[in-house]
Amino acid sequence: MTLLNRLDTKGSPYLYVTPFFLLFGVFGLFPLLYTGYVSFNDWDLLDAGEHTWVGLANYRELLHDPYFWNALGNTLSIWVLSTVPQLLAALWIAHLLNHRLRARTSLRMGVLLPNITSIVAVTIVFTQMFGRDFGMINWLLGLTGLGPVDWQANTWSSHLAISVIVAWRWTGYNALIYLASMQAIPHDLYEAAELDGASSGQQFWRITVPQLRPTIIFTAVISTIGGLQVMAEPLLFAGSSTPTGGSDRQFQTAALFMYEQGFREFRFGYASAIAWTLCLVIAVFAIANYLLTRRIANDEE
Amino acid sequence: MSLSRTARALVAAMGAAVMLTACGSSGDAGSGGSNITLNVNLFGNFGYKALYDEYQKAHPNIKIAEHTAAYNDHHRDLATHLATGTGAGDIEGVDTGFIAQMRAVGKQFTDLGTDRASQYLPWKWQASMTKDGKQIGYGTDVGGLAICYRRDLFEQAGLPSDREAVSAQWAAGWDKYIEAGKKYTEKAPKGTAFFDGGGALYNAVIGQAPQGFYSEDDSIVVGTNPEVRKAWDLVVKGIQANLSAKLIESSPEWNNGFAKGQFATIACPAWMMTKIKDQAKAYAGKWDVAAVPGGGGNWGGSYLTVPKQGKHVEEAKALAAWLTAPEQQAKIFTSQGLLPSIPALYDKPEIAQYKDPFFNNAPVGTIFTTAAKQLKPQYQGPRTGDIQTTIRDGLVRVEQGKQNSEQSWQQTVSDVDRLKK
Repeated sequence: MTLLNRLDTKGSPYLYVTPFFLLFGVFGLFPLLYTGYVSFNDWDLLDAGEHTWVGLANYRELLHDPYFWNALGNTLSIWVLSTVPQLLAALWIAHLLNHRLRARTSLRMGVLLPNITSIVAVTIVFTQMFGRDFGMINWLLGLTGLGPVDWQANTWSSHLAISVIVAWRWTGYNALIYLASMQAIPHDLYEAAELDGASSGQQFWRITVPQLRPTIIFTAVISTIGGLQVMAEPLLFAGSSTPTGGSDRQFQTAALFMYEQGFREFRFGYASAIAWTLCLVIAVFAIANYLLTRRIANDEE
Repeated sequence: MSLSRTARALVAAMGAAVMLTACGSSGDAGSGGSNITLNVNLFGNFGYKALYDEYQKAHPNIKIAEHTAAYNDHHRDLATHLATGTGAGDIEGVDTGFIAQMRAVGKQFTDLGTDRASQYLPWKWQASMTKDGKQIGYGTDVGGLAICYRRDLFEQAGLPSDREAVSAQWAAGWDKYIEAGKKYTEKAPKGTAFFDGGGALYNAVIGQAPQGFYSEDDSIVVGTNPEVRKAWDLVVKGIQANLSAKLIESSPEWNNGFAKGQFATIACPAWMMTKIKDQAKAYAGKWDVAAVPGGGGNWGGSYLTVPKQGKHVEEAKALAAWLTAPEQQAKIFTSQGLLPSIPALYDKPEIAQYKDPFFNNAPVGTIFTTAAKQLKPQYQGPRTGDIQTTIRDGLVRVEQGKQNSEQSWQQTVSDVDRLKK
């Protein structure tokens, strides 16, 4: 019995956490390692997995591929354009929702609506709004006399349009995360500040933001990971379901480039090399972002 | 020790539970009994809806489920399903632009045998045959080629609108078509252009050349075949004269362009008539069909294939054979406008004399069967569909003013080179 007891106290915890590790192993770790293995092969997806070992050749080719660097540049541009305004807006919305507002609960639920709407539906609607000939935005621009913009044709305009789609989808989600942690800030801090005559703006920058530090770091890292993987939006924005991201690849993201190589060229090995490279790039940016946001938040204190 | 065994059993049970739930969702209901469902995966409109009912009545144990996707998506999905060995339909439609790619992995498809070889246009039959003589697809339709145009817009622009006169105007070739376009543009009704987009026009022009993107040994000749460049220059001439509505074929904007009447002409294989009927309902009777400049030519046309991974290969073969049989092809021509790939039908009165009220009673039977008889087949290689897309993107760059013709051509040729790998 004592042996059984000892086993119970020692063994049971492992048993309880097993499901996670099993699932992670099957759906997380194995694909990661297998992708790594595939990336060292010349692997034809169409020909039922015929492959030969080529070592680092895929990675060498990737580093000299101008279309990869183009895609990476587009990804970073769209990421900055969507993430920075998104997080600032989320912070502001959370601040509003945290205060005396009518119909607070429905508004709080409302900001999450864009996030639970199908990404395909969202993108199709936005793509129509950004349409060249009959889009609503060009119609509005026409009223103000600014004239129509061919949103898909130019690099800047296509990046802007895609960033709007991404930001629309994720701002509310981040706002709710901020809101949750704002509500954990002790109320007496604000009361004390109010007694000392601090304005609402001062309260926000001196109390709310520093207190939110861990949450801001969290959202910055999560947005980095998500933003650098953007794929469905540019794919659908093209309208013609071709994965090249516009006539001159002006809005092809890295994930879309990976998709093109994997599922149009059927170069499974090369696509896997892109996947691993993208994974490393994201890791670097996430760490850099973590350090940066920690520094900024520290300065506030 | 006993507990560790219990622990192991527990883990095993948990694993089994996970696997059971995973399998439960994908388990198929049909395999046990005699009632089966055949999945037919297609792109665009093959016009089979009414035929399914007929077939299901004759075969009460068979249910047919059709799934359609956009052109590029459909072919990419099919390739993915072949690669992963699962997920393909019992019957899969394949377009001319992709049939050579599928032919190259012919071992993934059921051999349909040689029984029906004598029924088909020889080049249609050959194009879906593997190197070792296996037939992977029954031909459905061929494109043929004509020009569909809007009578009312031609009248408003002061051009002859009678189909004989329209055909005569550009009988000498595509240069005359561009000239007609310039005349149209001088007095064009507001918001309309002469043709839909450079990419679509290009496909029609190159479809007439004796050699296209490939030589018969499957090597790409885009950079060296003068016909490819000639067609490019012609389309660019049209774009520079402002004749293009700058719409990308098969995009939502292009569909919208039909409904809004953004263009007066469109290169018109027989299957395009189906699209026009679907998209431009408000303009019934205002469309008409004229002969194509230069005569002859083909763009598109499809096949029905039976992937080996399907669960009901025999039933699928029977259905594919029935859907593509002469009687059904004849019905689809008169209901949908898809031109049969079985030449014996071309002289049947119900086809040869068929007039379509949607197209102002144009004698589409005569127009398209004549075109099909004159047609000189062009060899198609594995990446034809993707080369078309790459060239289209090149022409879009010119339309968008991002590059001049020469820059865009250079980039197009190097992009096509990348496809070879």
